[in-house]
Amino acid sequence: MGYFKDIIDGGLSLIEGMGVTARRLFQPLITVQYPRKKIPLSSAYRGHIELKIFEETGTHKCIVCLNCEKTCPSGVIRVQGEKQKEKGPKTLTGYVIDFSKCSLCGLCVEICPTSTLEYSREYELVGDTGADCVFDLMLRLAKQVEQREEKKKTQGIAA
Amino acid sequence: MAELEKIEASDRVYSLNLGPQHPSTHGVLRIVLDLDGEYIIKADPVIGYGHRGHEKMGENRPYKQFLPNTSRMDYLSGMLFNHGFVLAVEKLVGIKVPERAKYIRVIASELNRISSHLLWFGTYLMDLGGFTPFLYAFDDREQILDILDSITGSRLTYSYCRFGGVSRDVDLKFIEMTRAFLKRMEKRWADYDSLVTKNVIFIHRTRDVGVIDRELARQYGVTGPNLRACGVAFDVRRSEPYEVYDRLDFEIPTGTKGDALDRYDVRFKEMQQSCRIIDQALDQLPEGEFLTPKVPQKLGPPKGEVYTAFESARGLTAYYMVSDGSPGPYRCHIRVPSFGNLNALNDVLPGTLVADAISILGSIDVVIPEIDR
Repeated sequence: MGYFKDIIDGGLSLIEGMGVTARRLFQPLITVQYPRKKIPLSSAYRGHIELKIFEETGTHKCIVCLNCEKTCPSGVIRVQGEKQKEKGPKTLTGYVIDFSKCSLCGLCVEICPTSTLEYSREYELVGDTGADCVFDLMLRLAKQVEQREEKKKTQGIAA
Repeated sequence: MAELEKIEASDRVYSLNLGPQHPSTHGVLRIVLDLDGEYIIKADPVIGYGHRGHEKMGENRPYKQFLPNTSRMDYLSGMLFNHGFVLAVEKLVGIKVPERAKYIRVIASELNRISSHLLWFGTYLMDLGGFTPFLYAFDDREQILDILDSITGSRLTYSYCRFGGVSRDVDLKFIEMTRAFLKRMEKRWADYDSLVTKNVIFIHRTRDVGVIDRELARQYGVTGPNLRACGVAFDVRRSEPYEVYDRLDFEIPTGTKGDALDRYDVRFKEMQQSCRIIDQALDQLPEGEFLTPKVPQKLGPPKGEVYTAFESARGLTAYYMVSDGSPGPYRCHIRVPSFGNLNALNDVLPGTLVADAISILGSIDVVIPEIDR
């Protein structure tokens, strides 16, 4: 008797399991066809760091305190600055990060006294060599400033 | 077994390397199996392939800079390891944590525990040959990752906790998303029940397979769901409540025999209990600060040592740190649960079939990078 009971019970359990998958058939798709369709990033998304552009100055506020360089656990950040005058603050001349070593902990963003560092929204960062992972943030900032100005110009014309 | 032992070590014994690269070993693990036909005579897990020196890294840098490493030891429960490390340092330095931060940490940790168990659920059934539940589990896990992504900004290596709180406050959207997830899971448990728990093939593959009894568990230091499956209701969240676990009402599911089916049941019920914990914590979530503002950038803890245990998804995990007064620990030791759980295989595997070895290995839910660290 046990033998047949096992077969019937087993068969029923399989049918019950199939019921779950059958119901799933009529529910909406959850997969996203990635390169053609993209999911919006969360507001907290941590990309590689970049220099923030402040509205009032139109540029960053880095004071070359080197706190970010010192706090980075992996030695990702290299900051260069030089003094314009004999006495006075340093100005930023170079800000390079090696993203291949970055663990995205965000300690640099938190420690920045002028909060001029922020996370970028980039995630499609494919490169062929290690050199592709090295980002010059000054260059990036210059490009962003340029784009902003162009945008402002076109908006001004449209208005 | 008794008959097998009489046979001299002859040509009949066949040595087989299970791993280091094997899709069912969940990481770089090698198990040297001595086989007699389809039966295992001796099993010897070989670990250490993924050694990255996390403990040493902890010793040569300040406490704060070790934070990102903690999520990378047990990558499936990164939040829990992160949480535990922060607890240990707070105890060492004596930092007070705001109430709100405590609740946020508990919610995030429990979400992470569910996501870890869901991944185990999916991969374990894939080891047994069922592919469908894997897709369902990953669908649910995706919801958790989205929720955690919205507050931590990361999907796996969160590095969310800070000394004296958390890095980012939770908003109404997070609470809404979490509530929606809890509601969704209520229906999903029934689905999983009819898809897997009641499935006859599954029951036959797991019942009385890979029994770890109490005595064996005690000898090897097996903890977590594997220990609870033998009927020992030991959970650090209950025995030494940290954060706000003493204010929350939850059960500790236990099994009876300690076989693979019991371990499955315990983890399955644990996910439901975690949902209960999150639900209560959301209800009790107070207003206030999420991070103590008074924590200095450079921590200077007094000379001394600290041992803090917490319950990760795999069992009792602990940080032991010795401070000599410098900004970083003099010694940083981490007690990981998977080490004990894995080594129980030495006694569990002999006498079983090779096909069951994969099933047993999957059922004890080891994360190898956590052992190697």
